[in-house]
Amino acid sequence: MSTEFGVWIAALMTLGLFSFLYKDNPLYKVCEAIFIGTSAGYYAVTYFFDNLHKKLWEGIFPPDGAVGDAWLWGGAILGVLMLCRLSRKIGWIARWPLSFIVGATAGLYMINYFVSSAMIQVASTMQSLVVTDAGGIAWQATIGSVVVAVAVVSGLIYFFFSKEHTGAFGGVAKVGIWFLMITFGASFGYTVMSRMSLLIGRMDYLFGDWLGLIR
Amino acid sequence: MFPTTDHGSLHSVPHLSRTNHVKPCIKASSAKQGVTKTMHIFALLLLCSHVAAFAQGVAIDTTLVALAPPSSLMVTDHVYDNAERLDLVWVPSIDDKLIANKLIEYRVYRVTDSGSAERISVLPAGSNSYSDESVESGHLYSYYVSSVGSGGEFQSIPSAPIEPQREWLNFHLISLLAICVIIGGSIVFFIETARRGKKLFIRRIAGLEAVDDAVGRATEMGRPILFIPGIQDMDDVGTVAGITILGRVSRVVADFDTKITVPTSRSLVMTAARETIKTAYQTAGRPDKYNDDMSYYITDEQFGYVAAVNGIMVREKPATCFYMGTFYAESLLLAETGNSVGAIQIAGTSNPMQIPFFVVACDFTLIGEELFAASAYLSGEPKQLGSLKGQDVGKGIALAAITIGVITVSGTTVWQIEWMRPIVDILETIFLTR
Repeated sequence: MSTEFGVWIAALMTLGLFSFLYKDNPLYKVCEAIFIGTSAGYYAVTYFFDNLHKKLWEGIFPPDGAVGDAWLWGGAILGVLMLCRLSRKIGWIARWPLSFIVGATAGLYMINYFVSSAMIQVASTMQSLVVTDAGGIAWQATIGSVVVAVAVVSGLIYFFFSKEHTGAFGGVAKVGIWFLMITFGASFGYTVMSRMSLLIGRMDYLFGDWLGLIR
Repeated sequence: MFPTTDHGSLHSVPHLSRTNHVKPCIKASSAKQGVTKTMHIFALLLLCSHVAAFAQGVAIDTTLVALAPPSSLMVTDHVYDNAERLDLVWVPSIDDKLIANKLIEYRVYRVTDSGSAERISVLPAGSNSYSDESVESGHLYSYYVSSVGSGGEFQSIPSAPIEPQREWLNFHLISLLAICVIIGGSIVFFIETARRGKKLFIRRIAGLEAVDDAVGRATEMGRPILFIPGIQDMDDVGTVAGITILGRVSRVVADFDTKITVPTSRSLVMTAARETIKTAYQTAGRPDKYNDDMSYYITDEQFGYVAAVNGIMVREKPATCFYMGTFYAESLLLAETGNSVGAIQIAGTSNPMQIPFFVVACDFTLIGEELFAASAYLSGEPKQLGSLKGQDVGKGIALAAITIGVITVSGTTVWQIEWMRPIVDILETIFLTR
């Protein structure tokens, strides 16, 4: 069994959070409060030193005496405007930086998302349905190509909102949702396996690092 | 493989015979012609000794051998970029690959306008180009490339100083612009159509039709509604979509006079959520019912946030839980706890890895783009409906392109139908953006 204070704290916290599996209880509440309090405090300090101090303050007033980045004043002003929320009278000004963030983000990401999520996907789907090799038709690759084409087309039709899913259109949309569900099933199994590995990691910590029962 | 004797004779032949040299017998002569003749004989014998050495497979000692440096170094500004890249091209050293392992590598050096030189890359033998992607606008840069062998490092002539230029337009993306204009134009067209009073059809989305029922259920049961807008910040499009849906849900909540709780993991999301709920209450004519405590910040830490929300669920026992935004590993932890307290659950996320968990644990799930369509569907506002219809035009373009692309690519590669090739080329030009 470990004699390290830190290992004991971590082990007891783990057990405290696991106790939620039975029901809500005081031990869980204590662990929850410690977890939230320490993490919120940690992020507050991190944001202050990494962003406000390092990026903003040292960016505007570089410690080596160099000329500061004037663009950062824009961020500083927007940040101050956020604090207007604290006043009932001028609280509405806090909407400006929020609007700026949402609008700027939409503009910045639009092209990247459009290229990566639309253009490249469309280009990647434009493959030959029949794949050949030296021995003739490569059946496995051909089936793969057909499945990709059918899944993409039917999936797109499912996400078409301007037409009711009835008749032949509805039939293709139904094929699309089947493909989606099969994909989700595979994804579910894969992710559950990764979660199991996390659980095994915790058990390994409790029985190995803490109790020393397994080596 | 042995090199032919004429290769590199200007540079390498005088150095190759350190261990295999032959001493020619030279007779002293005062006649110039005689000396010249003697030198010719000397050179011939030397050459023969090398040929003999090669022919016998004798190893040539390449240590301490001088190398020819790379030549004709040209540095050009990369076109259509944000002044962040310069392209270097050079003619490799003529000793490159002449003799195995003689030239080991190329080293690329950058000289800044302050005069300091730094090595920015090491490239294998045979390289003749490099792109420096760590330059900035407003600075002059000069470069030289050196060939490196066991005998040392031999520098090329430095390039002329050059400043990276910023281009306002990237003409590599002209096809992207054309498609954006078509989709954007469609959106404007449909918005105007909706404004003129024409009813735009949007198909039924089952999960969204349940929103009013779910809020009504919470009202009847006298229990709160829990709305989780994901764990990402306001720079995430999924969070923005979630907050938009929160506006509609809050409006219904205000109408029904139900309690709503919106815990957030980002301070900016809390601010946005408060603004959204406040506006919804004002629109519903009940500004007095709003209070800032409806939305509050917990922590940025992912699982700290989950621990807190799970605690809220088991203690407050909400009648309805909404999960609308971007979620990661916490999706099942939240949805499973919500399920255990008997809440009606409606989820929506664009993260494909998390949709399965919501599908199994929630009553209704908005899959992918349904999340983004939700706000338009719920509000029925011309702007949002027009936007949704315009996006459908984009999907129609994608469908047509894929269908034509698959047919023409199949036709050209399998059946060699030549008239389809120009169509494939056009599609590649449009969709393979660089």
